[in-house]
Amino acid sequence: MPQETLLKVSVIDVFHGSLQVLWNVSLTIKMGQIVALIGTNSSGKSTLLDTISSLIHPAKGGIEFEGKNIATLEPFQTVALGISQVPEGRGIFPDMTVLDNLIIGSYNRKARSEREQNLKMVYELFPRLKERKSQLGKTLSGGEQQMLALGRGLMSAPKLLLLDEMSLGLAPLVVNYLYKALREIRERGITILFVEQNVRRSLAEAERAYILEAGRVVLSGDVAELREEEEVRKAYFGV
Amino acid sequence: MTDLAELLTPIVMGVLLGGLYALIALGLSLVFGVMKLINVAHGDLVLFSSYFAYATMTFLGIDPILSLIMGIPVLFVIGFAIQKYLMNRAFGVSMEAPLLIAFGISLILQNFQQILWSPMARGLTTPYALESFSIGPFRFPLAYLLNFIAALIVVLSLREFLRRTYLGKAINAASQNKRTALLMGINTGRVYAYAFAIAMATAAISGVFFGLTFPFTPTSGVSSLILAFGVVIIGGLGSMLGTFIGGMILGLAQTLGGYFLSATAQMLILYVIVLAVLAVRPQGIFGR
Repeated sequence: MPQETLLKVSVIDVFHGSLQVLWNVSLTIKMGQIVALIGTNSSGKSTLLDTISSLIHPAKGGIEFEGKNIATLEPFQTVALGISQVPEGRGIFPDMTVLDNLIIGSYNRKARSEREQNLKMVYELFPRLKERKSQLGKTLSGGEQQMLALGRGLMSAPKLLLLDEMSLGLAPLVVNYLYKALREIRERGITILFVEQNVRRSLAEAERAYILEAGRVVLSGDVAELREEEEVRKAYFGV
Repeated sequence: MTDLAELLTPIVMGVLLGGLYALIALGLSLVFGVMKLINVAHGDLVLFSSYFAYATMTFLGIDPILSLIMGIPVLFVIGFAIQKYLMNRAFGVSMEAPLLIAFGISLILQNFQQILWSPMARGLTTPYALESFSIGPFRFPLAYLLNFIAALIVVLSLREFLRRTYLGKAINAASQNKRTALLMGINTGRVYAYAFAIAMATAAISGVFFGLTFPFTPTSGVSSLILAFGVVIIGGLGSMLGTFIGGMILGLAQTLGGYFLSATAQMLILYVIVLAVLAVRPQGIFGR
């Protein structure tokens, strides 16, 4: 059964002002997949996610989501189509309660009608959030903030979930918990593209991976194949 | 005993006056809290509402408070347009651009009103504006009480709006973290426009009550802007409650200053308090 292509990034160049950050980057994600984006700090991973979210527009090339061209859209339109990004550093609203953070996640019109059922799902995935629902965002621990950011990303009823460095600064136990939740999210049919510093973790959780280096895709493919080259990767990234 | 009773007058006056100050400052606080924009035209926009009410009163015979039925939508639309077509674009140009535009609007309004209405002092003189009410043996201007009630209603309504509605939460979110707000699917440009529009709606209300209380000229916008600044600095930016308390403090400072010192000391006290707050707690009492 051939899977449908959900996201297709075609040969994009992306600039920050006059500085080029991405060169000829192409990426394809099929529905239901979980794909990892691997690379060192300045490889352009976050820029790629931001471009998919329409925060930046590519100078060259195209981006298609469910067959629609999204390269020139505004960020709020891209969210409405079903792409949700959980940003690096969580980006939760510090002076809003946990509940309000989650509610604002369902801001786009389509998600509003599904709000209560999505809220229920988020509380099932992260009971801690339900406990702390009246607390202000800034009073949560790092791990809880990440849960909140993830839960909030789910509130927009996304088809594609983008995760930028979810495990950054978190203890291994918490990271395990988060990735377990991610697997459950995947079982609900949501496609996932995640950026993860830890190469071993990336290859353990993903089915496919793209390796970015200095703004270019240097390697991509099924994780099973890439894993055989893990020795090289380890040396390469010093991991 | 007599001293305490005598003190009641400036205290009550101060609190009631504080309501008006808070009402004027609300719009300034909202715009700065959400968009980090110092709207130096705010005072003049408040005055625009005063003159608008004056026009409807003089030419149409409509009561100023009633004329808000027209005044609020007019200023709401003007505010929406200013943000959407001028400020949103100016944000992308430079940090100073929006400030310059606000300054330009201020100049245009002041001169426009000067031409239209002449520098002669005007007032929204309605029968009830000149009445007074009494607490015990003391009499206070009714206008002051109306100001306070209006301020209370507007502040509470605004607070509930910001807390409970999607747009209110979106305004809040966009003011805390714009990038993340965009990732939530919030059209920040449109949200900013609504925020400015709401700020102008409160300016419309404050303009009417200002005009009921004090005589005004085309340059009265400047003094109300300074007052609004004082309120916002003391109360803290982005806090509705803070703005209200800040208004009270400023009102009380003025009336008590006038009572204990002299009439000229009133303004001085204001500035001293503002400076003190800036030195000790710059973000204001309720500021983040």
